[in-house]
Amino acid sequence: MKITIEQVEYVAKLARLKLTQEEKELFTQQLNKVLEYMEKLNELDTSGIEPTFHVVPHKNAFRDDKVTNPNQREELLKNAPKTKEGFFRVPRVI
Amino acid sequence: MKEILELTIEDLKRAYLRGDLDPVELTELFLKWIKRIDRKIGAFLTLDEEGAIEQAKAAKRRLENDEPGLLVGVPLAIKDNICTRGLLTTCASKILYNFVPPYDATVVEKLKAQGAIILGKTNMDEFAMGSSTENSAFKITRNPWDLERVPGGSSGGSAAALASRECVVALGSDTGGSIRQPASFCGVVGLKPTYGRVSRFGLVAFASSLDQIGPMAKNVKDCALLLEVIAGHDPRDSTSLPIPFEEFTKCLEEDPSGLRVGIPKEYFIPGLDEEIRKSLQEAFEVLEDLGLELKEISLPHTEYAVATYYIICTSEASSNLARYDGVRYGLREEREDLLEMYLETRSKGFGPEVKRRIMLGTFSLSAGYYDAYYKKASQVRTLIKRDFEEAFRVCDLIITPTSPTPAFKIGEKIDDPLQMYLSDIFTIPANLAGLPALSLPCGFTRDGLPIGMQLIGRPCDEGTLLKVGYAFQKLTDFHLRRPPLLDEELKGL
Repeated sequence: MKITIEQVEYVAKLARLKLTQEEKELFTQQLNKVLEYMEKLNELDTSGIEPTFHVVPHKNAFRDDKVTNPNQREELLKNAPKTKEGFFRVPRVI
Repeated sequence: MKEILELTIEDLKRAYLRGDLDPVELTELFLKWIKRIDRKIGAFLTLDEEGAIEQAKAAKRRLENDEPGLLVGVPLAIKDNICTRGLLTTCASKILYNFVPPYDATVVEKLKAQGAIILGKTNMDEFAMGSSTENSAFKITRNPWDLERVPGGSSGGSAAALASRECVVALGSDTGGSIRQPASFCGVVGLKPTYGRVSRFGLVAFASSLDQIGPMAKNVKDCALLLEVIAGHDPRDSTSLPIPFEEFTKCLEEDPSGLRVGIPKEYFIPGLDEEIRKSLQEAFEVLEDLGLELKEISLPHTEYAVATYYIICTSEASSNLARYDGVRYGLREEREDLLEMYLETRSKGFGPEVKRRIMLGTFSLSAGYYDAYYKKASQVRTLIKRDFEEAFRVCDLIITPTSPTPAFKIGEKIDDPLQMYLSDIFTIPANLAGLPALSLPCGFTRDGLPIGMQLIGRPCDEGTLLKVGYAFQKLTDFHLRRPPLLDEELKGL
């Protein structure tokens, strides 16, 4: 066992997912199978190998700090489920 | 109608300039055909009839004013994870069921600037996570060569649309094979460009260090032309490569003889379908006739690619998909409490495969597991990249099967995530190493299912792949065959 149902519950909490009991059980079983397969990587000695996070060597890509977009507030808010006075509206937090 | 549906970009342009064809008439014809055939295929999520006719009228004006553009009057389809201004873009997810982008992706701007006609948006696995398009929250897409089979994925809608001649060219996206595998399953051509060749601005992010938008077409020449239009540096994508414009169509006619082709022995394993093995052997003979020099090479870390990929892509996805919280766009499950709203929204909005990947990625990145999973995978990624660097010292391109099997049956792998993941085994390494890779048809099984061959190139060397693919298509006719279903349907029209 690589991962227990309790761990699945914890990871779901981190990922902001609410899982049903059925999903928890299924994911525990499926993730175990996948993680078991991933054990394969331990056959390789990777000590001293630089990790590759990106294939092209990147430095920061800077551009001039100029405004290029027009104000699209209204258009952007059109996609929002709830708005008020030009803002996104969420349930009360305090 | 039959002949018109087969027209290439070049044919279309010639017909327009001669005045034999009109973009509006052509668009109407394609829309009529889509309405007929797509009831059986299910390639499109959104059909934009009004917009397409508008764009066709604009194309007509461009022709009249003698300023056509490279894609004037070319009807095309776009995968539904690429933003189109004013046109629904859902990623085949419930969480974005109503999202209308307020801007065009850079690639879409480029298509429009060249006079293209956007017919609509194509089906895909939700957030491009899958290899069969079965993970779409909205519909099943069927393989035009056999309606019981999947079109591949995640760009299954674009590939099926091409195979059923619902468009002339299409855009897909490829994170671990999502352009090439469906192209091979549907008997069409698909190219994953070098990472950074095509702007990702406006592509809904799945795994940012792997995602690339790429062209899909019925033949290599159209594919090259579409790449020419969409490639190029974009200041709005910080990972976009600052390389000069290349006329990919110009290099097609160059003689490929003398090029050295590496055949990696790790790709011709016992699990490989025998008919695919045979078809590749025959393709190698064609390549030898063309004067290419074939040699066996080794990519020793190939067997670790799937595990590496599924750690890296899920980790990046878990971070990228954190943005779907029901606040700024898409689905919201209304609750009194903010945290409850997040939880309910995400749980209702994401499908099972997306949840599974978010879970796996969150786990790989979580405290105590990061070194064993994410970091380890990123180190193995270095080894896989080095394999290719070594190989390209002795060869100019690498040829492999695109997929270990032809199109599988709908439902066959959907309950077994690991089996589904393993179907990407031959396409994943090119994404991990950021290399360009082209899939093109190289045969058919006895049951009439298409077989695809993959050409992998050095970074930024799409030109060589297209040149070899083009020469191959001059000597073969696999790309000219069409699903028998089309002729039956055409009779009924």
